[in-house]
Amino acid sequence: MDAGLFTANNIWMMICTALVFIMHLGFSFLEIGLTRQKNTINILFKNVFIICIGLLLYYVGGFNLMYPGDFNGFIGFAGFGLEAPLNAEGTLDLAYNEGYTYWTDFLFQAMFAATAATIVSGAVAERVKIGPFMIFTIIYVGLVYPIVGSWQWGGGFLSTLGGDEGGFHDFAGSTLVHSVGGWAALVAVYLLGPRIGKFSETGKAQAIPGHNLPLATGGVLILWLGWFGFNGGSVLSADPAATSIVLVTTCLAAAAGGVGAFLFSSILYKNYDLTMFLNGILGGLVGITAGADLMSPFESILIGLIAGVIIVLGVALIDRMKLDDPVGAIAVHLICGIWGTLAVGIFGSLAGGEQFIWQLAGVGAAGAFCCLSAFIIMTILKKTVGIRVSKEEEIEGLDLHEHGMDAYPDFTNE
Amino acid sequence: MKKIEAIIRKSKFDEVKKALHQIEVNFFSYWDVTGVGNEKQGHVYRGISYSTSDIQRRYLSIVVSDEFLDRTVNTILETAYTGNVGDGKIFISDMIDAYRIRTKENGHAGIN
Repeated sequence: MDAGLFTANNIWMMICTALVFIMHLGFSFLEIGLTRQKNTINILFKNVFIICIGLLLYYVGGFNLMYPGDFNGFIGFAGFGLEAPLNAEGTLDLAYNEGYTYWTDFLFQAMFAATAATIVSGAVAERVKIGPFMIFTIIYVGLVYPIVGSWQWGGGFLSTLGGDEGGFHDFAGSTLVHSVGGWAALVAVYLLGPRIGKFSETGKAQAIPGHNLPLATGGVLILWLGWFGFNGGSVLSADPAATSIVLVTTCLAAAAGGVGAFLFSSILYKNYDLTMFLNGILGGLVGITAGADLMSPFESILIGLIAGVIIVLGVALIDRMKLDDPVGAIAVHLICGIWGTLAVGIFGSLAGGEQFIWQLAGVGAAGAFCCLSAFIIMTILKKTVGIRVSKEEEIEGLDLHEHGMDAYPDFTNE
Repeated sequence: MKKIEAIIRKSKFDEVKKALHQIEVNFFSYWDVTGVGNEKQGHVYRGISYSTSDIQRRYLSIVVSDEFLDRTVNTILETAYTGNVGDGKIFISDMIDAYRIRTKENGHAGIN
């Protein structure tokens, strides 16, 4: 292939890799913004840990577990570490793929891997013990995420559900990344229990406002920027037509998600809630992720608007179920992830009854495996080392007890 | 010599400060305080409405000589007033003495 075109493709993929990396900053800002000051260091620590350990684990085995080559469709492993394909002269074989080199492929996919665990981090914030959380992250990012990914992106059974006619479609990971994280968040939140003060004695949900909404807003806008790489890079080349329409559908869905959530929550609660607006933007982004390559601009707006409404209802539903998700991760990543995946069967160029069934099968398979794995890992941790901090520690703050530090030493008020 | 402590609405602070300058009360300290009272402030966060009795106000501490007392208090009473619940309170107490650190003067000279 043309060397200039290949270089352009590879550069685009490396830029997208960097944009996905920046999403970890967005997640960090969003999570600390929507929680209380006394737990800031703890949340930042978890997020920094996740990106570092996620990359290392993906090097050790994740990449070859997710892309095992020819395999039985359920689980395969191509060996530990990385082994770059070489050509006859002993240099990197550029015929590996038309869109990117072997190294770019690894790093782009590695950036995705850590995202799934970050989703859990927000949901369990302010009460999870850091040690057990790190163990959970290692197992979940190291094994569960790559196995589910291999079912589709690695050429496994979900990708061939319809034989020659097609199969499950998840463009950039509404299910494979976001729901994988979202299911674990749901299980973890259930096993962990709500924060002290989240539910009154009569069981009514109470507000625990986040301490820094400017930071949360910055986080969401950084995440939106990161999504240019998350979806734009999932084209897997710099194909002009494909990348440009993907960025259009991604941005329109984000905008519509924000507007949908803001309008719906202001009608429902008679109040302009910034945090719902922010969650709505993310809901729109997660919702379009499965079908960003299939939708027309108008369809992407519809998907976003519906995602925005889902966010508002989802946050209320989680509260109603007596689950405590401080940042709305379950509504954003799990519920909108399911919505986006199913939307591929309803809107866009693949829409149809059969496709809808395949989408449903993908959601179900990922859900069953993720819930079961997360439940087993979390339950073992809960029964052995415990997953929740002491009451005293939770009230005084995880920063002080887990880390012996204060995020803002100049501001001593709670 | 008296100490006047006034808790007023933050929204009235600029007006009160200006009025105090006009009657030549030029020196005072203030800080933001949180208290509880009859007033409830309504909030909504992520679809959950809640009200808090924690109220934000500004606290003024003014030390004046006796002949300034009435006009200072009257100025605050007039300018901090809205007629709604939560306009604030004024407390007056005797001040035994005051020193100006730079000149070591005390009494009346210490505060003006």
